[in-house]
Amino acid sequence: MRRVRAWLPGLLLVTPSIVAIGVFVYGLLGWNFRLAMTDQHDEVSEGGFVGLRNFIDIWDQARWHLSVNHAIVFTVVFVAGALVLGWFLAFLMEKGIWGEGTFRAIYLFPMAVSFVATGIVWRWLMNSGMDERAVGLNRLFDAVGLPQWEWFRNQEWGMAAMALPAVWQMSGYVMALFLAGFRGVPEELREAARVDGATEWGVYRHVVLPLLRPVTLSALIILGHISLKVFDLIVAVSGKQIVTDVPAVFMWVAVFDSHDPAKGATIAAYIVLSVAVFVIPYLIWSVRKERRS
Amino acid sequence: MRRRWTATVAITLAGLLGLSACGGGGSPAEPAASGDGGGGKQQVEVFSWWTGPGEADGLKAMREIFEQQNPNLTFFDAAVAGGSGDKAKALLASKLQADTPPDTFQGHAGAELQGYIKAGDLEELNFLYDELKLADAFPAQLVEQISVDGKIYSVPVNIHRSNVLWFNPSVLKEAGVAGAPKTIEEFVAALEKVKATGKIPLSIGSEWTVTHLLESVLLGSLGTDAYNALFKPGADWNSPQVAKALENFKTIMSYAGSPQDDWQPAAKQVADGEAAFNIMGDWAYGYFHNPPDGGLGKTSKTDFDWAPAPGTEGTYLWLSDSFTLPKGAKNRDGAVAWLKVAASKEGQDAFNPKKGSIPARKDADQSLYTDYLADALKDWSGNKLAGSIQHGVAVNQPWLAAINEAVGLFIGTQDVAELQKGLAAAATANAQ
Repeated sequence: MRRVRAWLPGLLLVTPSIVAIGVFVYGLLGWNFRLAMTDQHDEVSEGGFVGLRNFIDIWDQARWHLSVNHAIVFTVVFVAGALVLGWFLAFLMEKGIWGEGTFRAIYLFPMAVSFVATGIVWRWLMNSGMDERAVGLNRLFDAVGLPQWEWFRNQEWGMAAMALPAVWQMSGYVMALFLAGFRGVPEELREAARVDGATEWGVYRHVVLPLLRPVTLSALIILGHISLKVFDLIVAVSGKQIVTDVPAVFMWVAVFDSHDPAKGATIAAYIVLSVAVFVIPYLIWSVRKERRS
Repeated sequence: MRRRWTATVAITLAGLLGLSACGGGGSPAEPAASGDGGGGKQQVEVFSWWTGPGEADGLKAMREIFEQQNPNLTFFDAAVAGGSGDKAKALLASKLQADTPPDTFQGHAGAELQGYIKAGDLEELNFLYDELKLADAFPAQLVEQISVDGKIYSVPVNIHRSNVLWFNPSVLKEAGVAGAPKTIEEFVAALEKVKATGKIPLSIGSEWTVTHLLESVLLGSLGTDAYNALFKPGADWNSPQVAKALENFKTIMSYAGSPQDDWQPAAKQVADGEAAFNIMGDWAYGYFHNPPDGGLGKTSKTDFDWAPAPGTEGTYLWLSDSFTLPKGAKNRDGAVAWLKVAASKEGQDAFNPKKGSIPARKDADQSLYTDYLADALKDWSGNKLAGSIQHGVAVNQPWLAAINEAVGLFIGTQDVAELQKGLAAAATANAQ
């Protein structure tokens, strides 16, 4: 009885979450993969098992290639942009800028805004009107003599522009991660390097940066999985237009406009798999780290 | 010790209860079981996407007539905001799948309803058409185009026109264009002249407005009968005529300005004299004409003018909002009462002048419709009819999604052959 008392209350407490996650996350995930392997191409038909055919056929579609390319461009610009900007902000903070607390709060604030709100504001900022029709950023650029852009409406580089609001939103968070990382580097190590004659840049290059590798990896994974499943930001900025199509928007169109559940499930499965590529190594890595400590 | 146990159990139970509440839950906005809404009155849930200026006023006017005629019924407005009903349709799809349909819902008349019909979500309304003699009240070609195997599933409330060319008379004058172009060739020549003045020849909005433009160009290039034949089984989208029409489309698109956020900013460019032409449905009239806040407050014929899209004179490329009777509606009698109001001359004449559309009925009170709407009413009674693509008359939802995809890809590639291939594939996969 005593032994039961030790573990039963704990188990009872977590049971609802286990059940909820089991049903609503893993159960539905499994159901989605099952649906993706059927030929249920409208809502009323039963759909028989077709194996991986949907997963292969989708590569014949021009739109799928386009949306995958878009997702890659978006991911590269967003992840690199947020990492570099976040690192740079943290670097400035760490140098002991005046009023650090205020700046830190300001840079973190965008995190509190939803992607939808960000998207609506940036849709206006990134309006493609030029010269006398310019509003938002183009108006500003026009006034100070910088070139004006089509932003997200550009057929080739639209997705790079689309990543800007995401960089704006997430770089403060990356800054917080890096700042914690910087602060975690013992002062003794830096001093030791300086005594050995390292320049200030050398201290960062050879002492601080290597110690920040775990933080960089976490940031990379967090940003990467946000980026691959991005939906709300895109829809808020441009709706479901092909010029900014990404897999998640394609999935929405497949389910609600094309009324093709199997195709929607296939795309959803690809999104989950691509996120898993990021997240599973991270999980393995963090479990190992926990065991070590 | 005992107390801790009790607390744990209580928390666990609360958690489980919360969970089951989530599982069985509907949205909190769900109307309390239609039984009695207020004081023994029966509630009728009417699902639409009419929340904007004009359309919401029209709905309210129709609602007043409904409640006056049916004192024992109350109207529950389940409107979901969002132009052309994108969000509303997504919510509706989940409601229908869960077998909790609203008592009646709005849908574009025509092929857009096919999915619901195939899924067995809709009751046929022939009984209502017989009872109210609606087949005589609506134009014969309209009834024919919304019938599926002789059955009718919706009651059209209004008619909009898709093939309207909006233009700015002073920009045309400046460019030396005598008047609205009548054919595609004249149109291209006019676009070229405007281009020389440095103004935007043709304004466009987001991608759906390009599909909207495509349907007018197809109709103008092919003619009414060939256009209508495209949506019949076995139609040939690979024909050289369609190829020619798509070449026209490409030429016209080459004069388009930079894409705007939606149709309103594109229309505004014409009203503000920045652009010469815009092809948009006649809901643009309300936007041009209504006083600020709801519209731009412009004067018709001087600030903006209209004509049928080039090559489409004598044809009404129509679309229509209609109401349906879902199977398993909680309050079927109430829904039928609503449909009767929506079909009536009184209901349609209350709704349409506010919405900026014309009634589907032929016996409307003409004095209520002035300016553009008077023109539209005249054309509606005499013109041949063709169904809109973008607005759900000619093609069902999956077909439209495939067309939008082909057009969206074309904007990037400018490849006419690819576009034709995409359109042909869309037709083969989805034609009924």
